[in-house]
Amino acid sequence: MRLEYPANVKIIRVPCTGKVDVMHLLRAVQKGADGVYCVGCLEGTCHYNEGNFRCRERVEHVRSLLEEVGLEADRVRMYNLSSGEGPTFAEYAKEMTEHIKGLGPNPLKKWVQN
Amino acid sequence: MHCPVTAVNQYNLNLDDRRAAYIEYPQAVPLAFAIDTDTCIGCGLCENMCIAKAVDYADKERETKVQVGSVILSSGSQGFDPSGLDFLGYGKYPNVVTSEEYERILSASGPYFGHLMRPLDREEPKSVAWLQCVGSRDANRSGNGYCSSVCCMYAIKEAMISKEHAHSELDCAIFNMDMRTFGKDYEKYYNRARYKDGVRFVKARVHTITEVPETGDLTVKYTDETGAMQEEIFSMVVLSVGLKIPETSVELAKRLGIELNQYNFVETDPLRPVESSRPGVYTCGVFQGPKDIPGSITEASAAACLAGADIAEARGKDIEKVEVPEEVDVAGQEPRIGVFVCNCGINIGGIVDVPDVQEYSGTLPYVVFTDSNLFTCSQDTQDKIKEMIIEHQLNRLVVASCSPKTHEPMFMETLEACGINKYLFEMANIRNQNSWIHSNNPDIATAKAKELVRMAVARAATLRPLNEKVVYINKRALVIGGGIAGMNASLGLARQGFNVVMVEKEAELGGFSRKLHHTIEGKDIQAYLKALISDVTAEDKIRVLTEAQIVGFEGFKGSFATQVLVNGEREKIEHGIIIVATGGDEYKPKEFLYGEDARVMTQVELTDRLEEKGAGDLSTVVMVQCVGSRNEENENCSRICCQSAIKNALHIKKLNPDAQVFVLYRDIRSYGMLEDYYTEARRQGVIFIRFDKDAPPEVESGSDGVVVTVKDHILQQNVEITADILTLSAGMTAADTDDLSGVMKLNRNPEGFFIEAHVKLRPVDMPSDGIFLCGAAHGPKLISESIAQAQAAAARAVTFLAKEAIRLSAITAKVDVDHCVKCLTCVRSCPFDVPTFNEEEKVIEINEAICHGCGVCAGVCPRQAIQLSFYEDDQLIAKIDALLEAA
Repeated sequence: MRLEYPANVKIIRVPCTGKVDVMHLLRAVQKGADGVYCVGCLEGTCHYNEGNFRCRERVEHVRSLLEEVGLEADRVRMYNLSSGEGPTFAEYAKEMTEHIKGLGPNPLKKWVQN
Repeated sequence: MHCPVTAVNQYNLNLDDRRAAYIEYPQAVPLAFAIDTDTCIGCGLCENMCIAKAVDYADKERETKVQVGSVILSSGSQGFDPSGLDFLGYGKYPNVVTSEEYERILSASGPYFGHLMRPLDREEPKSVAWLQCVGSRDANRSGNGYCSSVCCMYAIKEAMISKEHAHSELDCAIFNMDMRTFGKDYEKYYNRARYKDGVRFVKARVHTITEVPETGDLTVKYTDETGAMQEEIFSMVVLSVGLKIPETSVELAKRLGIELNQYNFVETDPLRPVESSRPGVYTCGVFQGPKDIPGSITEASAAACLAGADIAEARGKDIEKVEVPEEVDVAGQEPRIGVFVCNCGINIGGIVDVPDVQEYSGTLPYVVFTDSNLFTCSQDTQDKIKEMIIEHQLNRLVVASCSPKTHEPMFMETLEACGINKYLFEMANIRNQNSWIHSNNPDIATAKAKELVRMAVARAATLRPLNEKVVYINKRALVIGGGIAGMNASLGLARQGFNVVMVEKEAELGGFSRKLHHTIEGKDIQAYLKALISDVTAEDKIRVLTEAQIVGFEGFKGSFATQVLVNGEREKIEHGIIIVATGGDEYKPKEFLYGEDARVMTQVELTDRLEEKGAGDLSTVVMVQCVGSRNEENENCSRICCQSAIKNALHIKKLNPDAQVFVLYRDIRSYGMLEDYYTEARRQGVIFIRFDKDAPPEVESGSDGVVVTVKDHILQQNVEITADILTLSAGMTAADTDDLSGVMKLNRNPEGFFIEAHVKLRPVDMPSDGIFLCGAAHGPKLISESIAQAQAAAARAVTFLAKEAIRLSAITAKVDVDHCVKCLTCVRSCPFDVPTFNEEEKVIEINEAICHGCGVCAGVCPRQAIQLSFYEDDQLIAKIDALLEAA
């Protein structure tokens, strides 16, 4: 559909959002990502029954961890859509980007050693 | 993209525009451009722009002769065109749309990108009315006497989705004569819409629609159940148009010499549901008769079963064998990565600075070779890649081009052809995820392409060769159940050349159908059963075990072993697939004096009575529908009872035209062609009285008969009928499979019917591979539907049995037993019950043959002792780190 969405979104492919680990999300934040979000199937339509629910739980967990260490929980989010919803995907990418811009850069970035 | 012509987008039902050079819709197969010759002005721009020289203006339709052994007709349907029904105002009022148009309006790829808007002013509607049976159940105005079977469900679905999409409260009203939600679990959906989501269901056929000129709203006039005229105003009206056979299909049938019925559906015998009048020509889907997606898919496989049986000897003859060289062992080698950057014509190269990306990729760790190509997927590039792999001793390949969804298998094949393990491959999607979406900003696109390549190269370096397990297929099939479904499935398999063991728990074959006499069409079921049993017993390839019980089970797709107890002896049967056909039974009523008054009987018992004693002595018969169905105990509709009642009512009228027959019902669900029998029953004077679920008929034993009292909706008062016989349309229940489902670990729904892999898209597969399902074991259904599903199950099974061996995906979970603490979290979390605790070895085991590769267990493991191959933690983290290293 060639719908435009912000170039700062990069996709990492997993077989199911149920595979996404707390560790992966934290790693991204720790390494300086300004925001991380998981995009799963619509709730109730997971090909593997409930992977997206598990992902949502983990996202919630990571959000509480971030809060605990004084970072904005909302740097990590979960979105759901069906594979036929390209426009929604683009919309979420824009929404997330705008939202993260509002939060400003990841404060951990200055600690990241290259 | 460059085509200057704007054309009407027919896929979105003329609601928006597209170019004259176009892809029909995003999911089209093949996903290729076409030129709409009706609107193309022949400017030649696309031909000049196309670097691959894929546009051929001079291309003409060609006739090709193909020699085949059998033919399947599946030309489908079109929606009924309501333009001729002027009282509906379609074509005149912009906010009156057909259900097909409404589907596009709701679709994310539709004209309004999934935003709920009405065509006139692109405002969000506040209320939407659906009018059922437009072009169905209407012999007078549309000529279509049949029920289209699908409209009730799609109307409910559209109403539910609309409510979801709407930003404010949306009133949804569905005007119907009967709600026909007769499919498996459909009634639950209907109840949810009605009682939870507040969709209104109005029992009325709409009289006229007129527009309110100032607002574009629509006035809907109808007569309510008491006979009073009502008016309501809606923002939008959706016409639930029926299914119709297109004229082109009628012509096709004529050319092929196939008989059609009065409504232009293919004429079939109910006991041979997918066979046309011409031997060797089969049919499926709506051309066979109105039906929904699961029904169409089932019949498609059934047609494939019979078409395949005709040409079973030719199987595999025209398939070329591919020789794969022995795999090079790369273990312990330092990664040597080759990166191929694709221009994709101008798709990537026109935006991204490909030479720059190529040069950059050469600076990345472990990259020893880079190249760029016009089309990396072309055959000559594959040959070039092969040469480079060998010349530069590459042991990892990265292609920066398009989507792995479409192209990964092809590049993996190229690796295999060089003896490199196919899992040592990674793609960077610099087209779909980059050049296409950042086409306005080449600099950003080039920068992002570099990042994507960097991520891909980092992951490639961490990839490990993976072995795909090979399972040799045992060519024998196990069919559980010897009723009509089991026998048809067995014959389907045997006629395609496979050996079958058919296990029946009773002493005789036939199952529930042994209690039945005739189909509604008048087919003799016992004669059919007799012929079927003799076919099965005469077939050398089928071994029948009666009075047999399944007591043990192990294995996986292609290689099962089942213990069967016959005559007190255990026998182990090895087999490659399983077909479950355990059947159903008639519900034994607890209500309406059944078992207390001998004059109260079920429909099956009434049929017996009519066969034995006729109906000469009967002056009044009352039938009560939905006994044991659509209630608290069994929420679902039993699908077949409405036609059973109509069948017996017609039979009584035939035997004794003076007998009075009353059918007390909630919704008459005579779907498809069955509607004609409903119409005929009314014509013959059978009286149908609707009652509410909350006000069921009351029944008392009287000296002259059974006294039935019911509230008539039209008269608005109670009617008392004294009946010689009260017949209960008892629902269909699943056979008792408690033991079987325990032994074989097959999941059932709360009603006891087995669960299929996907309600809509895989209606005959069970969730575990290699296990298939048919007949009443799956849900209540007619004999014709059971036969089709049985043949379908056989066809699905043949897709396994026809292979010598299957290679399983290597993307499976693996347990590191040294670090596992046996907390059993994976055992509890797996959606497919794959991880098990081996009590002898005291370890968790994940059988790679049944692992689906979703990675849930890897995610939940608190010790990270489970890794999903190809998506291991270090492989994902490599990508994250590579992306953020410059952050």
